Formats: sequence, structure tokens, C-alpha cells
Amino acid sequence: MLLLAFDTATPAVTVALHDGSRVVSGCTQIDARRHGELLVPGIVTALADAGRDRAELSDIAVGVGPGPYTGLRVGLMTARALGDALGIPVHGVCTLDALAYATGRTADQGPFVAATDARRKEVYWARYADARTRLEGPGVDRAADIADGVAGLPAFGAGAALYAESFASVAGPEHVDAAALAELAVERLKNGGEFLPPEPLYLRRPDAKVPANYKPVTPN
Amino acid sequence: MAADEPLVLGIETSCDETGVGIVRGTTLLADAVASSVDEHARFGGVVPEVASRAHLEAMVPTVHRALKDAGVTMADIDAIAVTSGPGLAGALLVGVAAAKGYAMALDKPVYGVNHLAAHVCVDQLEHGRLPEPCMALLVSGGHSSLLLVPDVTSDVRPLGSTIDDAAGEAFDKVARVLGLGFPGGPIIDRAARDGDADAIAFPRGLTGPRDAAYDFSFSGLKTAVARWVEARERAGHPVPVADVAASFQEAVVDVLTRKAIRACRENGVEHLLLGGGVAANSRLRALAAERCEAAGVSLRVPRPKLCTDNGAMVAALGAEMVWRDRAPSMLDIPADSSMPVTVTQA
Ligand SMILES: Nc1ncnc2c1ncn2[C@@H]1O[C@H](COP(=O)(O)OP(=O)(O)O)[C@@H](O)[C@H]1O
Ligand SMILES: [Mg+2]
Repeated sequence: MLLLAFDTATPAVTVALHDGSRVVSGCTQIDARRHGELLVPGIVTALADAGRDRAELSDIAVGVGPGPYTGLRVGLMTARALGDALGIPVHGVCTLDALAYATGRTADQGPFVAATDARRKEVYWARYADARTRLEGPGVDRAADIADGVAGLPAFGAGAALYAESFASVAGPEHVDAAALAELAVERLKNGGEFLPPEPLYLRRPDAKVPANYKPVTPN
Repeated sequence: MAADEPLVLGIETSCDETGVGIVRGTTLLADAVASSVDEHARFGGVVPEVASRAHLEAMVPTVHRALKDAGVTMADIDAIAVTSGPGLAGALLVGVAAAKGYAMALDKPVYGVNHLAAHVCVDQLEHGRLPEPCMALLVSGGHSSLLLVPDVTSDVRPLGSTIDDAAGEAFDKVARVLGLGFPGGPIIDRAARDGDADAIAFPRGLTGPRDAAYDFSFSGLKTAVARWVEARERAGHPVPVADVAASFQEAVVDVLTRKAIRACRENGVEHLLLGGGVAANSRLRALAAERCEAAGVSLRVPRPKLCTDNGAMVAALGAEMVWRDRAPSMLDIPADSSMPVTVTQA
């Protein structure tokens, strides 16, 4: 097995390669505006660093968000094209699941929230029982509006850090790392766990303003 | 068709068309287009986020439709070309990501190309290699330019362009004034067939002796049409839609062809090429033919399907770059929404 994992749903453009027993290479850059430029070179770097060839890839795991649309689509389009051309499966993983997985939390430590920045004063969020078990979400809301439901829970991720007042405590990891995504995906593959289709979780309708009614150019 | 000519797959997503074309050299093998135009119609214009979402969904199926139509497999492809600009940023990004993904997976070079140069180059698929130099009148929903083209892969010189609305934009806006729907170009073209082009004397923008010889302006014309229609309505008279459409269309194509012929004459260029969505206009094609004939200029116009946005035009330009041994683009090329026409390759 050689699984390529990447995620572009947050400011991180993050890539990792997993050989079935461990993560063998990775490449993460934080730049919210350059997903399109950084992703494929990042994949090339990860392959080169591991001394592996793209033709050896057996699986792709891609973060399907939720995330701001433009960057998110870069990851999904790249995953679909790679999967299509290489003839290998593309497994979708909720980006927040990868963030939660990276916390390594157990059920004994209690439930928690993973949250990323959704802009427009909102967060993408989900509630977890432990690093592998999502209880609620993903959703997109103002942090203050979900504060009652998540009262007293610790929170992880850049979305939580932005609105720290809404959570009991805030801790890292700040951004999702494809290494965690890769490990989670390999675990799910081995345990027969379920994946999402490689469809973006936009969670919002497109901004589409119907133009105002036709305005006459000659004043009445 | 020579077997040693490059087999190139071209991807176009600068606006609302997901285009995937396949060419071998200057031979068209496939031209698959999925359009989200119906999703935009009720908004009266292209909604960028709606277009971008549609590109993501349409891309892989459209690639496969093109491969099937061309009767080739992915492994046969020698290079991938993609529109890297200009256009809608989010929409371009989907095509660029797809192109890089396919190129990386297939271990083939990728060429990020200029959308406008591709509109010019597409004519090679129909009429063979472009004469050098040629003059190109590029008229679409986003652009109206006169380009002097010594080499479509590396040397495209803008002589003039619109200072306000693009020609296609004017068609779309006037269609709205007349309540005819979106996109307006084809509808006005059709409506004008039953109208009298001399019925109303609409203004010809930027045609005075002191005006820039090769620039265009269509916003005054659009306003004049709106005023005329509103005055009729206010007076309680019916609006003669066919006559308005024909007279408006005549004003646009009269200026376009006049300036294009003048550019050819003043620059000693013997070949005029039309490209872009508005080049699908039947009256523009007819008047250009008439005036070129009179001026001794040869006219090249691709069939309407190749004038509107498509992937074949991108493949055509990519194939020409491969043919001329141009170095491919890097895998870190951005989508450049305002890529200048002078930059033919990213
Ligand atoms: N027969 C026609 N007559 C006039 N305009 C047309 C015709 N067909 C298409 N158009 C116009 O062409 C424009 C689209 O051009 P195209 O090159 O496909 O897209 P873009 O402007 O995104 O590059 C629209 O404004 C449309 O109204
Ligand atoms: Mg165009």
C-alpha cells in the first residue's frame, strides 16, 4: 500500500505519504491564498523525499472540508484527476475528523470540539467523543451561537483559537496535518471503516445575488 | 494527419463552460463542452461560485467524453494544455488543478495558456496553420480587442480594446433591456433576422476623427438603446423588438468590422481572423466577409461552436506550443484572472 493524503480545506496545504505501516514523508505549507500553486509541487516533493514513484500509489485520501470553497476545490479536483488517471480509489475524509484524530484524545479525556475558520465570523465545527468518533456536525455557525451546546468543552483548531471566549479551553493543533489524515485513512481502510465520496462539504449555498430589477437609464 | 504530431488534451474553465478538447497537431479530434449556463440564466449573468462548483462536477466526465469521442486513451496523450487566465479566478483554478493532476499522474508536460490566444489559435483546427502575421478581432462576453499576431504562441500585440463594455456584454445587456433572456447574443442574432437594421440610427462609438482608431466603446450604445426603448414604452407604443435588435447589432458589427479592416490596412496585414463568442454572430460574419472582400483581405472565421469557449481551442494552442518546442509550464503555475494578452503562456 502507498497512500497519498492531502487537504486544502484550511490555510494549510498539507501532503503526506503513508506506506501502510507509517507516514514516510510529508510537506506542509501555510498559505491560504496559494493552494493551487503549492499542492501539486508538494505532492511531487513528498514522493521524491520518500524515493517513491506516483505509479506506485494505491490510494488517495483527500480532506473534503468543510472549508472555504476555492481552496477546498483545489484538493478535490486534484484528487479526482489523480485518481482518474492512475486508476486508484479516492477516499474522502472530513477535514475536521483529521484534526480531531491529531489530538489523540481518548474517551476518558471527555468530549471536545474541532473547529476551523469559516470566515464571515463563523466556524466550521464538529463535536467528538474521542479522536475517532464524531458525535455531531460538521456544521457552520457563529461560535457564539453554538456556545451553549459546546459549553465547557475544550476545543482544537484555528477556528477555536479565533473565538476562544466561546470554548472552555483552546489548544493545538492549529491546522490539519495530512500526516494525521493519512494515518486515519489507513486505519479506516484496515478496519473497513467508512469514507465519504470525494465531494466538497461546502455547507453553504453559493453567494448568488439576483441582480436588482432592471433600472431605467432615463430618470422619470 | 501526421502520426508524429502531438496529441494534446486542452482544458478550459475560465467562465461557465467546462471544455475539454483533444487535437492532434491542427486536427480536431474531440470538443466536449459541459455548460452551467442554465444555472446562471435566472441571475441574468454568470455567478462565479455556481460556475466553479459546476466545473468540479463536470470535469472528469467531460474528460472521458472527449477521450471517447477522440477514440484515444489517456495514455496516448502527449501533453495537457489549460487556460490559466484571464477569467474568473475560482473557475480557472478548477481547470488548472485538473490539468496539473492529470499531467502529474500521466507524467506529461502541462502548458498553461492564455485564453485569448487560444481563441485566436482555434482557427488552425479549421483552416490550417495561421498566416503570420494575422490580425485578430477577438470579441466575447469579457473582451473586445484587436490583436496583431506575428506568432500566436509567443507574440501577440494588442492594438486596441474596449474602453468600457465588451461587445458580448453589450449584446447581453441589450437583451435584458428588451426582456429577451440570457445569454443575449444568440437571441438578438435570431431576433434581428426579422428586423430592419436601418430602422433606428444608433450611435457608432469612438468613430470620430480624433478617437482612438482601434479602441471600442459599447456602453454609450447600450444606453442609447435603453433610452430609445424606454421612450417608446413611456409613450405607450409597442417596442419593435426585431428592429431594435437589428439596428443595435448593426451598430456593433459596423464599428467592429470597420476598425478591423482599418487595422489590417494600416499595418499591412492581409489576413483577418475573427474569434470569441460574438464571432458566432451571423451578421458580423456576413459584414466582415463583405468588407474583407472589398478590401482585399482574406477572412478566417471558425465555425460558431469553436468561437464560443471550448477546450479544443486550448488544445490547439498547446499543440502549437509543443510543435514549436516551447518549454512546458511549471507545476506551480497559478490561475491568473487578469493575465495580460501579451503573456501567451504561464
Ligand atoms: N450569435 C451571437 N451573436 C452575438 N453575440 C453572441 C452570439 N453567440 C454568443 N455571443 C456572445 O458571446 C459571449 C460569450 O463569449 P465566449 O467567448 O463564449 O465567453 P467569454 O466571454 O466568457 O470568453 C456572450 O456575451 C454571448 O452573448
Ligand atoms: Mg472566451
